Amino acid sequence: MMQRLAATLTIIVLACGATPAAAERLVVSLSNHRVAVTSNFVGEELVLFGTVEPDLQTNSLRPPYDLVVTVTGPRQTLRTRRKQRMFGIWVNVDAREFVGVPSYLGVLSNRPVVDIANQETLRRLQVGLGYFLLPQRIGPDFADTVRDDPFRRAFVRLKNQQGLYRESSTAVTFLTPTVFRAAIPMPAAVPTGTYEIEVELFASGNFVARTDTALEVIKTGFEQYVADAARDNGLLYGMATALMALLIGWFASVVFRHD
Amino acid sequence: MQIYLPIADLPVNVFLVLGMGLAVGYISGMFGIGGGFLMTPLLIFIGISPAVAVATVSSHIAASSFTGAISYWRKRALDVALAMMLLSAGIVGTATGVWLFTELRALDQLDLVIGISYVTLLTVVGGMMIYESVRAVMRTRRGMPATLRRPGSHTWLHGLPFKLRFKRSKIYVSAIPVWAIGFVIGFVGAIMGIGGGFLLVPMLIYFLRVPTATVIGTSMVLTLITMASATVMHAATNHLVDAVLALILMIGGVIGAQFGARTGQKMRGERLRLLLGLLVFAVGMRFAYELVVQPDDLYSLRYVETG
Repeated sequence: MMQRLAATLTIIVLACGATPAAAERLVVSLSNHRVAVTSNFVGEELVLFGTVEPDLQTNSLRPPYDLVVTVTGPRQTLRTRRKQRMFGIWVNVDAREFVGVPSYLGVLSNRPVVDIANQETLRRLQVGLGYFLLPQRIGPDFADTVRDDPFRRAFVRLKNQQGLYRESSTAVTFLTPTVFRAAIPMPAAVPTGTYEIEVELFASGNFVARTDTALEVIKTGFEQYVADAARDNGLLYGMATALMALLIGWFASVVFRHD
Repeated sequence: MQIYLPIADLPVNVFLVLGMGLAVGYISGMFGIGGGFLMTPLLIFIGISPAVAVATVSSHIAASSFTGAISYWRKRALDVALAMMLLSAGIVGTATGVWLFTELRALDQLDLVIGISYVTLLTVVGGMMIYESVRAVMRTRRGMPATLRRPGSHTWLHGLPFKLRFKRSKIYVSAIPVWAIGFVIGFVGAIMGIGGGFLLVPMLIYFLRVPTATVIGTSMVLTLITMASATVMHAATNHLVDAVLALILMIGGVIGAQFGARTGQKMRGERLRLLLGLLVFAVGMRFAYELVVQPDDLYSLRYVETG
């Protein structure tokens, strides 16, 4: 709910004059709108191409531009747990639940986001791993804590180690002052679902324009079939697996029969 | 060659997993055990979550114990009546274990309980096996027969009521210890992802005085049924059984077991038990080390839900 509220607030803020009246437009295109996870999937890199189009009325451009591409994967809820020594052994003593956070979060830019705009702007637009809204369940409420909250930092670090949360200040390159290219890394462990891609343009520290697109990560063929079966028909799936075990066991006893 | 595991949600090297199946299969064939206590830690080590590892290994053990059970059946070296009695309690134990597994996962303490169970069970059982087999080796050195079973020796367990006669094993015991053993095996199997063969065999020998002729075959039948039902229950309640991973493990496992069995037959009984004891003890110590030493990362993530 907080999320929706935050989103609404952002829209209101933007409508109230954050977007300059006369502004450039962004035109983007993705190399592939569908990533298929097959049995030999080891990750993939998608490419986003785009140009900065001059404003229709004034026909003006004001390079140099900065660009930030934020890719957010399907939302999920995760617990971050902290271990502490108790009676000589390490035990999970404390945990925080991160509710409705992106399973994948990629922040790609042409230079470090902190150099692109000031903190205030970054926080308002939720640009950068440090400024992205990651709501935690705190009692009956949901709220994002301060940037250097230990659980938040640990959460981002662990997701980063899995290759799922990443910030790259070299992934976006300007081919000409107005034509750009962004490389979106999709690691092997990428979750399936719909990914939203938000592209934000900045000029001399100010937000200029935004556009969005989407891509889909799907399991195909056998993987999809197995994953669906396990989730939807757990009992039947379990029985099929047990039966497979018996068949292989029986087969081995026939093949390797000594007497 | 990488293959993507649909439930564990990560790619693994097929040959690595196949090799693990072969190696564990070899050991399990050699000692006549399921090998779950080795396979589960290995899977966790290559990055598969403990929950998926425990749930998937149960199907792998079902396959290898079925092969074993068939060959003991052919030799008429298993006691079906005893296996069924153990089983009636084993199923209850498995269901309790699967239920506790689900609860502990929700409390973030599953990994801890798996770890502590491994440490206590493996070090105690491993230590006892080492002690017993060293004594047996010493006895044979001194020229005395290394007998395990002392006929006619009764313990307090034989004084309990509800006595039953098991013809094939030639024993006359109370149903209470039989049920208790069955329950314990089913329970630890579901929690720890082990068939419990290495536990069940000594329990049957020491507590119930089951003769060595029928003990392994009987244990395999029990392991087979508890592990097959654990597979079904884990799949139905937690959706954690990875059939692709299970298939690769099974293929490696059943092949490895054949070669292991040949090596095992060439070795002396007490030497074999000493080796197994050392192995069990070492795995237990490995888990103890992990619990005691400060982890590299104090924080960890657990997936709650999508959406």
